[in-house]
Amino acid sequence: MSTASAPGAAAGRSRFATIPRFGLFTEDHDALRSTVRDWVARELAPHAEEWERSGGFPVRSVVREAGSLGLFGAKYGEADGGSGPDVVADAVITEELARCGSGGVVAALGAHKDLGPYYVGRFGTDEQRGRWLAPAIRGERIGALAVTEPGAGSDVGGISTQAERHDDAWRLTGEKAFVTNGSIADFAVVAAKTDPDAGNRGITLFVVDATIEGYSASRVSTVGWRTSYTGEIHLDGVRVGDDARIGGVNEGFALIMRNFQWERLAMALAAVSGAEETLRLAMAYADDRTAFGRPVSKFQVWRHRFADMGTEIEAARSLTYHALRMTVAGEDATREVSMAKWYTNELAWRVADEALQVHGGYGYMMEFPVQRAWRDARLGPIGGGTTEIMKEVIGRLMGL
Amino acid sequence: MGYIPGAMLHPLFTPAHEELRATIRRFVESELAPHANDWEGEGHFPDRVFRRMGDLGMLGVRYPAEYGGQDGDWGHAIVVAEELAGVGSGGVGMAVAVQSEMATPPIHRYGTEDQKRRYLVPAIKGDRIVCLGITEPNAGSDVANIETTAVRDGDGWVINGRKIFITNGVRADFCVLVTRTDKARGYDGFSLFLVDADTPGYSVSRKLEKLGMRSSDTAELALDDVRVPEDALLGAEGKGFYQIMWELQGERLIGVAGSVAGAQLAMDRTLAFAKERHAFGRPIGSFQVLRHRFAEMATSLEAARQLTYDTALAWERGEYPVKQISMAKLYGGVVVNRVIDECLQIHGGMGYSTELWVERAWRDARLLRIGGGTDEIMREVISKTMAPGGSPFAP
Repeated sequence: MSTASAPGAAAGRSRFATIPRFGLFTEDHDALRSTVRDWVARELAPHAEEWERSGGFPVRSVVREAGSLGLFGAKYGEADGGSGPDVVADAVITEELARCGSGGVVAALGAHKDLGPYYVGRFGTDEQRGRWLAPAIRGERIGALAVTEPGAGSDVGGISTQAERHDDAWRLTGEKAFVTNGSIADFAVVAAKTDPDAGNRGITLFVVDATIEGYSASRVSTVGWRTSYTGEIHLDGVRVGDDARIGGVNEGFALIMRNFQWERLAMALAAVSGAEETLRLAMAYADDRTAFGRPVSKFQVWRHRFADMGTEIEAARSLTYHALRMTVAGEDATREVSMAKWYTNELAWRVADEALQVHGGYGYMMEFPVQRAWRDARLGPIGGGTTEIMKEVIGRLMGL
Repeated sequence: MGYIPGAMLHPLFTPAHEELRATIRRFVESELAPHANDWEGEGHFPDRVFRRMGDLGMLGVRYPAEYGGQDGDWGHAIVVAEELAGVGSGGVGMAVAVQSEMATPPIHRYGTEDQKRRYLVPAIKGDRIVCLGITEPNAGSDVANIETTAVRDGDGWVINGRKIFITNGVRADFCVLVTRTDKARGYDGFSLFLVDADTPGYSVSRKLEKLGMRSSDTAELALDDVRVPEDALLGAEGKGFYQIMWELQGERLIGVAGSVAGAQLAMDRTLAFAKERHAFGRPIGSFQVLRHRFAEMATSLEAARQLTYDTALAWERGEYPVKQISMAKLYGGVVVNRVIDECLQIHGGMGYSTELWVERAWRDARLLRIGGGTDEIMREVISKTMAPGGSPFAP
C-alpha cells in the first residue's frame, strides 16, 4: 500500500477562505438577513400581541409591503419580476420572517411565498406565471395552496375533489380544508382528481381565481396560528379553462411531492429560528424572575436545560443546512429534508414547552407571549407532513 | 461513516479527502479489523501499529510536511477518526487520536524547534508513543484542582504527583504533562512539560481495567522526584491551563467525530440485521415501530455529524468555536449512546451476548459522555457562553 498522499497538496487550506459560512451564506446574504430582520423587528414583532388578540392581522398591507421589499421574489429571475433566482436568499428570508413572534403571520407569508404562487412559478407556463405569479411577487394578490381535505391529509392520493372535463374546460367540485390564507386568498392552486380510480396517478392541479362563480371560502378557528386566515374552500361546480391547469393531466401528485420538499425545508428553517426566539424569550424571563433570592437563570438545572436546548437548536440548524445545501446543489434531498422537517419542528415544540415551564404560573396566563409560542409551535409536527409521515419516508428510504 | 452514499459532501471535504478515506478504509479492513478481537482480549494493540500508520502518513495529517505531516486540515483529521471506527474496537481509534490530535498539538503549537524535532517528528512517524497527563485521582473535570507540582531546582525542575486514566500511558515513550508551578497564581500557575518515560522517578503504577475501550492501554502514573531539564518546559511557564483548554477543543471535536462514525456503523449493521432477522413471519425491520426507530436514529446521527462538520468548518474559516465544539461533543455523546443502546435492543438476546459485536460497541460508546469533558461540564461551558439573545453560531 502506498503512503497516504499528501492531502493538503491537492486541497490547500486557503480554500477555506473562499467557502461561505456553512457553505451557504455570502456577505450579500448577510446584508439581506439584516434588512429583513430589521423590518420584522420594526413592522411585525411589535404588533404580534395586538394581532393575536384581534384574531387576525392586516394581511393585505403586510403582504404588499413585503412584496415591495422583494421578499417574495428571491426564487425567481428578472423575467418573472424576481431578484434571483437565489434559493439561499429565499431561505434567509424564511428564517428571518419566522422571528416575528406570531406563527400565523409566519404561515401567511410563508404560504404565499412557498406554496400556491410557487407552484405557478415552478410548474406553470410563461402565460400563467405572468398572470398569477408576477402580482403575487409584488404582493398585490395573495395565493394559497389547496390540497388537504376534510377526509384526506397525509394521504394525498385519498382526496375526493373532482375535476371533470367538459370540452375545453374543467368543472371542479369538492371541499378543501386547513388552507393557509384560505379565507382571504385571491387565488388558489387546487389539487383535484381527474381520474378517480387512479389514486396518486389521477390528480391534476388547477389555479383558480377566488372570485369565480362556485368558489367560496370560510375561516376556521385554530388552537394556535390565530392570526392566520386558515380556511376551508368550497368548490361547487367551479368552471375553469384548460389554461388554468398547472402541469400535465394526472401529473399533479408528482408536483405536489416535489414542492412538499421545499415546503418542508422552509418549515424546518422557520422552526429553527422560531425555537431560537422562544429560547431567547425563556432565558430573558429566567434572568428577570427571582426565586429563593436569585434569578431563576442562576439555578444549575435551568442553565443546563437551556444549554441542552441551545445545543439541540444548533444540531437542528446543521441538519437543516445540510438539507438546504443539497437542495441548492440540485440533489435529491428527500431523506435529509424529511429528517430536518420532523426533527426541527418537534424540537421547536419541546423548546416552547420548556419555555412555558420556566415561566411557571405566568406561562399559563394569556397575558404572557410564551403561551402563544407554545400554541403556535404545536402545528409544526402536523403541518406539511406529520412527524409520523416523515419517519415513514425516511424508513422506506432505508429499505424498511 | 462520514460519507453516506448518495449524499452530498460537506464543504469541509473535497474529493482528495475521500481518496484519503478510501485509503484508510482499505488499511483498516486489511490490517486492523481482523485483529480487533485479539487486541480486545490482550488489553492493548501492538506498538507496530503506530509505526505502520506513521509510515503510511496517517498520524500527522494536519501537521506541516516539514515535521513529517501531510499539510492537511480538520477535514483530513476527521476522516482518519471516522475511518478508524471501522476497526470495531474503539480503543484503537482513541489511542491514535491521543497520539495525533491530543498529546501532540501542544508540541506543535507551543514547542520550540528543538522540541518539535525531538518529540513531534518521531510521534508523527509512529516511532515514539505519546500520552497526555492531565487527570489525577483527585482532579478530573476540575482541571484547576490538580496537585502534581513542578518545582524549579537549579537549571531544571522536579516533578511530583500522580496521573490517572492516561491513554497510551502504559507504553508511552514520553508524556505531555500538566503540572502546577505556582499555586499562588491560580489559573496562571500551571505549566506543561515534556517528560521521557525513562526518566528516573517516572513509573507506571497501575494498568487500569476498563469497562470498554479495552484495546487501548490506560495507566496510572507515579511521578516521584522526576528531575527534568529546563528545556522540558513546553511553552511559556504559567500558561499551562490555557494551553490545555485549547488542546481540549481539538480533543472534543476529534472524539465526537470518531464516535458518531462508530454509531453510524453500528446502525448500518443493525439495519442489515433487521432486514434479515424474522419474527412473527416477517423481517423485524418491516414492523412500523422499528422503521420509525431507525428513522429517528438516522436523523439524530445526521444532525450530530453535520453539527460536527459545521463546527470544524467554522474553525477552519478562522473562528474559535468553543461553544459549538462543546455542543457537538455533548450532542454527539448523547446521540451515540442512545443509538447504540437501540442497536443492542434490536438485537434482542443476541445483543446481550459477548459473541456479537454490539455489546462491545455499547461499552466503548459510553466513554464519550465522560472523557474529554463530561456532559455536565459541556453544559457548564455552553451555559456560560450562551447569553440571552446571543448565539454567535446563529446566522
